[in-house]
Amino acid sequence: MSALTFTLKHRPDQSVDLSPLVSHNLEGKEHREIAALELQSGKAKLRVDALFTLSGNDPHNIVIKNSFGKLDFIGKDLHGGSIRVEGDAGAYLGLGMKSGSIRVTGNAGLYAACEMKKGTLEIDGNAGDFLGGALPGNKMGMKGGLILVKGNVGERAGDHMRRGTILIEGNVGDYCGSRMTAGTIAVMGQTGRYAGYAMRRGTLLLWNQPQLPASFNDCGAHTLGFLPLLFASFKSLNSRFADAAVGFNRVRRYAGDMAEMGRGEVLVKL
Amino acid sequence: MIINGVTIDATFAEAFPMKATRAIITAQNEKWAMISAQAMTGFATSVIACGCEAGIERVLDPSETPDGRPGVSIMIFAMGGKGLAKQLETRAGQCVLTSPTSALFAGIDGGKPIPLGKNLRYFGDGFQVAKVIGGKRYWRIPVMDGEFLTEATTSQVDAVGGGNFLVLAESQPQALVACEAAIEAMRKVPNVIMPFPGGVVRSGSKVGSKYKALGASTNDAFCPTLKGMTKTELSPEIESVMEIVIDGLTKGDIDKAMRAGIQAVCGLGAANGIKRISAGNYGGKLGPFHFHLQEIMA
Repeated sequence: MSALTFTLKHRPDQSVDLSPLVSHNLEGKEHREIAALELQSGKAKLRVDALFTLSGNDPHNIVIKNSFGKLDFIGKDLHGGSIRVEGDAGAYLGLGMKSGSIRVTGNAGLYAACEMKKGTLEIDGNAGDFLGGALPGNKMGMKGGLILVKGNVGERAGDHMRRGTILIEGNVGDYCGSRMTAGTIAVMGQTGRYAGYAMRRGTLLLWNQPQLPASFNDCGAHTLGFLPLLFASFKSLNSRFADAAVGFNRVRRYAGDMAEMGRGEVLVKL
Repeated sequence: MIINGVTIDATFAEAFPMKATRAIITAQNEKWAMISAQAMTGFATSVIACGCEAGIERVLDPSETPDGRPGVSIMIFAMGGKGLAKQLETRAGQCVLTSPTSALFAGIDGGKPIPLGKNLRYFGDGFQVAKVIGGKRYWRIPVMDGEFLTEATTSQVDAVGGGNFLVLAESQPQALVACEAAIEAMRKVPNVIMPFPGGVVRSGSKVGSKYKALGASTNDAFCPTLKGMTKTELSPEIESVMEIVIDGLTKGDIDKAMRAGIQAVCGLGAANGIKRISAGNYGGKLGPFHFHLQEIMA
């Protein structure tokens, strides 16, 4: 079976909701049934075949070709199977995904992997604000799974994050790990202002010294035994995080945010 | 059956179902991993009075341990799951958590999960940190030498306890040398422990006693000093008997260990004072696992 492939025929002016195009929703459907599915675009509903050319027949292995930044909600609530996005993805990529994997060869928009529960999301380019965060008004962001971003990430990465791992090879914007409840965010590049702002628990693992809020306290330099295990778990990734040479176990530990519960930590490579 | 002048009795060892678990202790170096492992498996020779039987399975190379440090694999056996969980937790808390530089990991997959560090975390008094790494939950507990890292759970599996054989020799030193050789060979077999001191027990027991309070008492039939005053199993030239008890994950594991041990003893042979190999049983009525010596050595 070859991958079920959606090739974008033209770029619509308005954003399109691609949430129906997930394996658990397409399983058992013929091409004509998939072609007849309706996708919300503003007030209009567009048939799938009005936007895409279909080929292939494996709903567990979906490819979206010629993708661009107005294709929103790709892989929403994904429950098994894989999605490969060739090009950019719009907002809400992998929103609430439950399992499976998504790979984006380009950039992703706002709220990627927002409220994700499990699975793997890999973004070769950059990601927008609120990566792995919570929807506005909600209290729980990402609850599990792994996000890997090879480029840079916007502001509020991991906002309200509850569990799981976010790996960022590039830089990250302001308020990284804000209001985090638990989980791990690792950033190889630079972090913006207010890293860990209002974090309650959780770990920010940084390669470079951040500009921390005044409400973080220095706990000194330490050799931590869990770090080799953590880095070993990245070995199978297609990432710089998999390189044994980038791992370390010697860190300076900052505890915070003391204006909040204060059980969080920022670990900075020494 | 006679091997190198040593008679292998036509008898069998009788063993019982037990519950078992394995844990891996690592430390800054092998010395401290071993100290912690010895503490954790101390006072665990027999379920009769220790609550469990425990022992060191083997030393692990850093490449074999989860955190890449030198380690030791230990196994604990108990008659039931509740007892096993209690013993594991108590021993982990008092002997590994307290041991400098140590970390504690699950050593067995499958089976029923039982707490390893899950409840030890409360020692952290709220400062403990949970980390899920590769689908497994770990606890980082702040302690005075840094952090104690422990996996939250390990597994409990069905196992077999009480495999044994007796070494009958012309003298006490010869019996001990033979048992030492057997233990050295048996420690190379995976999935088994020999829980008694140094792997050898000199006070084998029988069921029952003339004293009502005791459930077990000395195995007088194999006590050389009682040859003239009890129904003895010993011939006149036997002056010392020692026993090796084996607990293993499966009957096959105990088979292999018994074969390795008896082979080592027979390697010394009659020329070194070893006369017979026998085994302890209860007539086959109590334990469902029977280890027939001659079948094992066939």
